[in-house]
Amino acid sequence: MNLQDIYLISPEIGIAIVAAFVIIIDLFVSNKKVLPVVALVTLLIPLFLTIQLHLDTDIGSKTGFSGTFQVDDFAIFFKYLILGSTAIVILSSTQYARRFGGHQGEYYALILFSAAGMMLLASSMELITLYIALELTALPSAALAAFIRQRKSAEAGIKFLVLSAVSSAVLLYGMVLVYGLTGSSHLNEIASSITNNGLGSSPALLFGIVLITAGFGFKISAVPFQMWAPDVYEGAPTPVTGFLSVASKAAGFAIILRVFYTSFGLDNANIDWANMMAVLSAISMSVGNLIAIRQNNIKRMLAYSTVAQAGYLMVGLAAITALPGGDDNAGPIGVLFYLAGYAMTNLAAFSVVIAVSNKTNNDSINSFSGLARKSPLLAGAMALAMISLIGIPPTVGFMAKIYLFSAAMDTGLEWLAIVGVINSVISAYYYLRVVKVMFLSSPKENEKDSETSYGVGAVSAAVIAMAGTFLFGIYPEPILRIAHTAIDSLIG
Amino acid sequence: MVNEQLIWAIFFLPLISFGLIALIIRPFFNQASVIAGPIAVLFIGASFVISILTFIERNINGTLTLVGDPINWLTIGAFKLEVGILLDPLTTTMLVVVTGVSLMVQIYSTFYMKDPGSHHGTENQGSDSEPAELGQPVYARYFAYMSLFTASMLGLVMASNVVQLFVFWELVGLCSYLLIGFWFHRPAAAAAAKKAFIVTRVGDFGFLLALMYLFSKTYQENINYLNIQTINENLPTLVSSGTLGAGALTLIAIGFFVGAIGKSGQFPLHTWLPDAMEGPTPVSALIHAATMVTAGVFLVGRFFPLFQASQEAMMVVALVGGITALFAATMGLVSNDIKRVLAYSTVSQLGYMMLALGIGAYGVAIFHLFTHAFFKALLFLGSGSVNHATGTFDMRFMGGLRKKMPITYITFLIGSLSLAGIFPLAGFWSKDEILLNAFRSGSEGGEIVSMTVFVLAIIAVFMTAFYMFRALFMTFEGEFRGGSEKDPEANPHGPVHLGESPFLMVLPMLILAIPAVIIGFIANPPGELLGIKAHWMVHTLDHSLPDSMHHLLKGESFSVPLAAVSSLVALSGIALAIAMYKPKPLISPESIGKTLRPVHTLLYRKYYFDELYEGIFVRQIYYRGLALASDWTDKNIVDRAVNIVGWTGANFGGLIRQFQNGQMQMYATVTSIGIIVIAAIFIFGD
Repeated sequence: MNLQDIYLISPEIGIAIVAAFVIIIDLFVSNKKVLPVVALVTLLIPLFLTIQLHLDTDIGSKTGFSGTFQVDDFAIFFKYLILGSTAIVILSSTQYARRFGGHQGEYYALILFSAAGMMLLASSMELITLYIALELTALPSAALAAFIRQRKSAEAGIKFLVLSAVSSAVLLYGMVLVYGLTGSSHLNEIASSITNNGLGSSPALLFGIVLITAGFGFKISAVPFQMWAPDVYEGAPTPVTGFLSVASKAAGFAIILRVFYTSFGLDNANIDWANMMAVLSAISMSVGNLIAIRQNNIKRMLAYSTVAQAGYLMVGLAAITALPGGDDNAGPIGVLFYLAGYAMTNLAAFSVVIAVSNKTNNDSINSFSGLARKSPLLAGAMALAMISLIGIPPTVGFMAKIYLFSAAMDTGLEWLAIVGVINSVISAYYYLRVVKVMFLSSPKENEKDSETSYGVGAVSAAVIAMAGTFLFGIYPEPILRIAHTAIDSLIG
Repeated sequence: MVNEQLIWAIFFLPLISFGLIALIIRPFFNQASVIAGPIAVLFIGASFVISILTFIERNINGTLTLVGDPINWLTIGAFKLEVGILLDPLTTTMLVVVTGVSLMVQIYSTFYMKDPGSHHGTENQGSDSEPAELGQPVYARYFAYMSLFTASMLGLVMASNVVQLFVFWELVGLCSYLLIGFWFHRPAAAAAAKKAFIVTRVGDFGFLLALMYLFSKTYQENINYLNIQTINENLPTLVSSGTLGAGALTLIAIGFFVGAIGKSGQFPLHTWLPDAMEGPTPVSALIHAATMVTAGVFLVGRFFPLFQASQEAMMVVALVGGITALFAATMGLVSNDIKRVLAYSTVSQLGYMMLALGIGAYGVAIFHLFTHAFFKALLFLGSGSVNHATGTFDMRFMGGLRKKMPITYITFLIGSLSLAGIFPLAGFWSKDEILLNAFRSGSEGGEIVSMTVFVLAIIAVFMTAFYMFRALFMTFEGEFRGGSEKDPEANPHGPVHLGESPFLMVLPMLILAIPAVIIGFIANPPGELLGIKAHWMVHTLDHSLPDSMHHLLKGESFSVPLAAVSSLVALSGIALAIAMYKPKPLISPESIGKTLRPVHTLLYRKYYFDELYEGIFVRQIYYRGLALASDWTDKNIVDRAVNIVGWTGANFGGLIRQFQNGQMQMYATVTSIGIIVIAAIFIFGD
């Protein structure tokens, strides 16, 4: 380890220091409202460090720590995305976190530690590093899920922990198979070993790939590895649910893209995992959407919605070889673009859910009744988020879907694009139901006297995320450009 | 000196003004909404100054050539959508027209749109007796819409990309809807707004279809056929090289033209324009005289090389223009509403522009658009001034205003003379060039279409002169006949108070009167004048087209005999109007009306087009046919499909929920089985 290595990993070190700092401050201040402010302000440090790395043209794509850690535009993209999502989650928690009493410091610190793991994950180039980063992401998440000392939350925490351990075991087994066959844990060397030794059709390698897919599939809650999601999403504190559904999922896609394109890329090994992704994609969106229809709890509904969204995202993983005239990279670029848009949209939705739950202490969809009259701003943000999740203009969700589905068309996956479009139509049913409840139902009488407020933090988080959803829905080019360079650095 | 940023500013200034007024002043400072007017005027004024500079540098000095790369808006694979500025003489001309007229109209509106209670003598009229909508909130809303409209129109004329153009095209339509229905508490205004929106939508549909067809025909890698310049420069070659059939080209051109028909109120989609007079008068001046309705003409001009490449399309354009010119003029003959007379004259003049385009006189058409904007805006502002005094638009209840409102009278007279095409006013020069070009290509070129439209146009000249002076005499001569107090259908703007309008309303009229007199001669003199080249404006416009198209253009020229003939026709129209409508008429209008009762009724009922559309298309074909069919499809096919999905969701969901039982063992089992199945398929599947 030398100075250069430390420079490369400085954003991760920065965010870990921020987390430690928040805990220390927590010891000295009695007014816990200070903590999120401290966290948000000090988050600027890792942000500046990331920007510094981004602007440092000498870095380009540079590996450190003996090739286990790489900083390139792809990793930087996810670092921005994770930092931004984390900031919004912290902002939206300000009021909600009071439920945690004296443990608010730990709450913010755990979120930050988990984020550090995700940022590390985006940069890992080696299986062991990758695994450590994954666990660094998951363990704080399990603690966070159990953060409210109530039965449901504790249950969510333990379920997340155990099932996460199961998926880790599966992932490790897959990694062992790959390592055993190729003799290396470095992603680049795995690729060259597969090519050199002609392992492309080895059943053991294929089984290893399936196991790795399963391990990552747990992170992104793709069917059939999604079973944990509804229970955990419902039981966990709402900001944590938002965090899991956005940042954790983004990190999962980061590592999937990294591993599959670096190690099992089509140029290196003749392995056709695109079809597997396509099928999983179609199943994920269909299952997620069909079950979401029946949900009455908004968090559970959004849990199934994220399963469906993972399905849409996987369209981009399946779209890898373009027909003549198309763009080979449109699929992965679409994944990045969709992730960014989805992050804004889902954070807007969750911020509103948090705000409403601050006021009503209730997570049922009916608690949104008449929100349009009580708070037009929140109702507007929620409505925009819902139509963005469906994929209706003028939102970033629409642009992202167009991008992904046209990538599918360009790669000859017309059937998948059609399944996606039909699913979008079906999803309109349950997303619009929220809008209907907000705008057409009248407020419940007994809630009018509620003394508590929506929470400034949650409302401002909703407004920021809504603004992003809207503005990038009209002018998506900036994100697309960054996504383009990110994918160029990944695939070259 | 003018750079790309400044040109963008032309568009963004009114947009910022809209944002300021709509998002800040109206929600938070509505008590002080009086400042909305000056703010809007300030921003559009700055925009106007830049437009003038741009016009001078681009069209006169020729020093300005554009400028920067278009901005990428959206890139999906090989498909690229760009946003940029297309700055040619057509654009710069339109910029000056839009910002100039908009500035005048908004200055005028700062007073016209104020709370009527505040300037109609508060002693006999408390503002609390006014409906709430006429109070202050209306003021901010009005200027917000006006700013948004101006910005949209500017965006439309600057667009370098077809999609960009279409977005602004629709925004212009939306603003027009909002402004026509500005007094939405009046059923007539609400209905007129709806009608305008729906009728123009028919045209927009044609435009959109043509766009999609064009795109599907020309979508090729690395060639951006959404760029307007690329289309104009390459489409004709595509035809000659056989990539694109001549029929396809004609279809595309006709599709665009259908859009233009809707927007410009051409026959047979003209029905919305007279009704649109329900909007506030300054709105009529801005959007139904000078800018929005010219968008159709602009569109044909924008894609002129495309039209030129198709003879059939050109023929259609010429004929529709010629028919509209005459057809609208006939309806103007009998209307009693001063604004409707002006509306018909607008439709008729737009017909002239279309017919000029149709016979290949591109520069001349735009020249007429340019002059027409000034005198037509002037006339509308004049009608607003008259309404300000009398409270009515019905000319039967006016009269005798000449002495009471001398400035309005003189400016209105100037506008009428200019519109009638009397030497040496602005309208004379532009209209004469249109007639001349039609005549030349008819007689010398032997083109039957050109000859036909020439005849239509020359008859329309007579009618134009007649109905304008009929309006002038009914309004300003004779005895005053009572104003809104006598008019049962008037929506009183305030009590009748005969007298000249306040300074801020008169000023824009005086300013507009100047170009209405001189702009035709200054911009396009028949001979060299004070350093201005002969036919400078038309020449510049024509030579901005691709070189390969020049041989198809009609030249610019001036012919004294033809000018004399057309002047004579116009003068005889005026003479007839004087004979019929002077205080002691030589020929009584009533007796003529009686003798020609069927004709009068036909014209007065606007050829029964409203009844035709409402009765046949809407009631018979739509309600009884399409709507019923759609209803059946909706109930039996769409609803069933939805029910099936719902049923699947409910049952399938129930099935899956068997597994979602909260037990981790079950979850781990499902995951494991999933892995095994996937592995089996993945490994042994092929």
